[in-house]
Amino acid sequence: MNISRRHMLILLPAAAVAWKYVEAGEPEASPNYQMSEHWWGMLINIPKCIGCGNCVRACQTENDVPDGNFRTWVERYHVTDTEMTTPEVISPDGGKEGFPVAQEDAGKYFFVPKMCNHCADSPCTQVCPVGATFVSPDGVVLIDQTYCLGCGYCVQACPYGCRYLHPTKHVADKCTLCYHRITKGLTTACCEACPTGARQLADLKNPNDPIHEFLKTHPVEVLKPQMATGAKAYYYGLDGSVR
Amino acid sequence: MKDAGHLFRFAGLFVVAFLVFLVVRGYVVPKTFGQYGHYRGAAIGEIAQHPVKFAGHQTCEGCHSDIADTKTKGAHAHVNCEACHGALYQNLPAPPPPKGNLYERFVALIVPPPPPAPPILLHADDPATVTPVKPDTLVLCARCHTASAAKPKGFPQVDPTQHMGGVPCETCHNPHSPAIGSDTSASPAAGGAK
Amino acid sequence: MNGVVGFMYPNEYALQWSILIVLYPFITGLVAGAFILASLERVFRVEAVKPTYRLALLTALAFLLDAPLPLQLHLGHPERSPEMYFTPHATSAMAMFGYVYLWYLMAVLVFEIWLDYRREIVILSQQSKGLLRVIYKIMTLGSSNISERALHIDDKVGWIVTLIGIPSAFMLHGYVGFIFGSIKANPWWSSPLMPVVFIFSAMVSGVAAVMLIYMATTKLRKLAIDMRCVDTIAMYMFYIFIIDFSLEMLDLIHRIYEADESFRSLDFMVHTKLFFSQIVLQIILGTLVPLTLLFITQVWKNNLTATVRKRIYVICGSLIMISVFAMRWNVVIGGQLFSKSFLGYTTYKMELVTREGLLAAVGLCVLPLLFLWVLVKLLPPWPEKGLHQAAAGD
Repeated sequence: MNISRRHMLILLPAAAVAWKYVEAGEPEASPNYQMSEHWWGMLINIPKCIGCGNCVRACQTENDVPDGNFRTWVERYHVTDTEMTTPEVISPDGGKEGFPVAQEDAGKYFFVPKMCNHCADSPCTQVCPVGATFVSPDGVVLIDQTYCLGCGYCVQACPYGCRYLHPTKHVADKCTLCYHRITKGLTTACCEACPTGARQLADLKNPNDPIHEFLKTHPVEVLKPQMATGAKAYYYGLDGSVR
Repeated sequence: MKDAGHLFRFAGLFVVAFLVFLVVRGYVVPKTFGQYGHYRGAAIGEIAQHPVKFAGHQTCEGCHSDIADTKTKGAHAHVNCEACHGALYQNLPAPPPPKGNLYERFVALIVPPPPPAPPILLHADDPATVTPVKPDTLVLCARCHTASAAKPKGFPQVDPTQHMGGVPCETCHNPHSPAIGSDTSASPAAGGAK
Repeated sequence: MNGVVGFMYPNEYALQWSILIVLYPFITGLVAGAFILASLERVFRVEAVKPTYRLALLTALAFLLDAPLPLQLHLGHPERSPEMYFTPHATSAMAMFGYVYLWYLMAVLVFEIWLDYRREIVILSQQSKGLLRVIYKIMTLGSSNISERALHIDDKVGWIVTLIGIPSAFMLHGYVGFIFGSIKANPWWSSPLMPVVFIFSAMVSGVAAVMLIYMATTKLRKLAIDMRCVDTIAMYMFYIFIIDFSLEMLDLIHRIYEADESFRSLDFMVHTKLFFSQIVLQIILGTLVPLTLLFITQVWKNNLTATVRKRIYVICGSLIMISVFAMRWNVVIGGQLFSKSFLGYTTYKMELVTREGLLAAVGLCVLPLLFLWVLVKLLPPWPEKGLHQAAAGD
């Protein structure tokens, strides 16, 4: 009975239609997804983040991220009012298992989820010697791991520390914005697993995406704007002490 | 001119090398390279083929509409199913790696290739085989609701040692709609756990 | 996380670029420097350094053959490195390596050496036996024309090649500096002065290397060192080193005075993790000491005996090599020790017997000397008695 209900479902929403193409192994042939109609980004709402680490674990599960490396991670900032420039920051194991309990004191605390900013003018793709990493037509910074030399130049060029060399594949690795999900109408694994809605996948080319209303009515900032990377991870409630 | 003949021989070497390079290049550069930009266009499709492990709450709700109904009325309305239950998937046995040609096998001696990713079977694909494990609420709920000065002030938080003394959370709270005494009609303010 | 102080982005704990990437700019620097010394004689007609001309060319070739090896060992997928030739990415400084390298190796160095040695190669192809004969035959490219006019043409063309070679040498090494200088994410590297500093330190180290090799080989051959030659080399070394040091100090003072957001982090690093390699090795022992010694030899040249001058030159040459290696170390390793959040530091743990370990690095330093030995055996850079007699009797 359940099966038939599932099949009903599969025929309905966009998310499930592409499912057939996954099972057939040819999702790029999906008629539902046109690269030219999307421009992906992410909205991160700092006051909503509780530092549970769900996103980090979900990302590791979904993308087989090796232990010790992170496609996304969470930092906890502790800033006292007179020491804006020297915040105390921790991210034990990327925040995967949450954070130690903090006690009230003179400073303020907040969590900052980090991930690839999917920069439009990305310094990492600029330096790749062979064209193994690139900004896709729908605005996602991807790596062709069958073409990557593993030179590590892109890792050096990323101002945000979002890239790493995969310890067993010996190629660069990073957040794909769950490209295999968003092209099927699903949201990213980190957004799916976030209990508070602190992360929201945003399609900047979709006029119905709530991101437009949010950007219109809220002050937002990107990380390290002085780097002029065209970052597309928009932060609401970002403190000036965040690096 | 006769006395510069050896120079032309050297230049000839260059021309021959360049021609060989052009021919080899024609063979080895992937067909889709340059399709969208300076990269292999087919790589986009290959990345899009990675297996999905989190099925997404829409998929869960297709079968479990009763729980979805309960959830929409409570404070956990926007907590997706897999945020607590985890990704319900199972790795299938990996297929044997394809046998490479002589060059690939030689290269494999220097740089061992990564093992191929095993195929995935989701609970949604086969609910009978891939069965979820019920999370332990003592661990699960504490992950979000343990009190800490670092958390946003408006977020419901308790000290797990004082709040319930080892009694599992679901004794009093329905995790799908946590306000006490309101299994299906919890107040949206959701101060219940405070 | 051992070795980490303060906060680092979690992907930053391990360094991406190891001692092999330190070696790579060091070795290409020696190539560029050795070639510049050779061009002194050829283009700028500094007759005094003539005894080192051919040796400098062979040294450059030996180190150039070695230069891509540390990169290959470092790559996660060395088998894919030809992609650098097939699909070079125009916006990547690193992609240019393949082409600049090939251009420099084949069009400049090999061509120039071939032109310069053609007469010897043809004679040797007629005189030697067995395998050597075959090798020399191949090297003649089937042309045994060594008429006066042909050699005259070779000389003219060689001069033009050297002329092209000078900017090529600058390019080869300047772009190595650009690889680092163009990374805006890393304030320790990001500087327009980086390519210039790299070129000048390359020239100093290359000149010093050829000088040391010349002195050592002359000693081994039990001949007298040409003092006019080494005095001249030392003079050039002194002036180039002054320019190099001034540029580096300019960069340093600029950083200290501007004191931008990264300053506190970098300043701390120089006082702790890089104190020995930067302050002690590079600046004090490797720069101030040899500069002072060379200054003394320049000012009181006539009061010092040849033996004393030779000793000073050997000491200075060795210290300069150490200094330039330390400079490469401080740039490559130093640039990865601090977090791009400017809130913490990590530690470089050098491995010993792995692919990117110390032993591989030592091997890659010895290898060019072996290359040089083979090249010298094949193409003797100094007038051989036997050959000369044969040539005279030709």
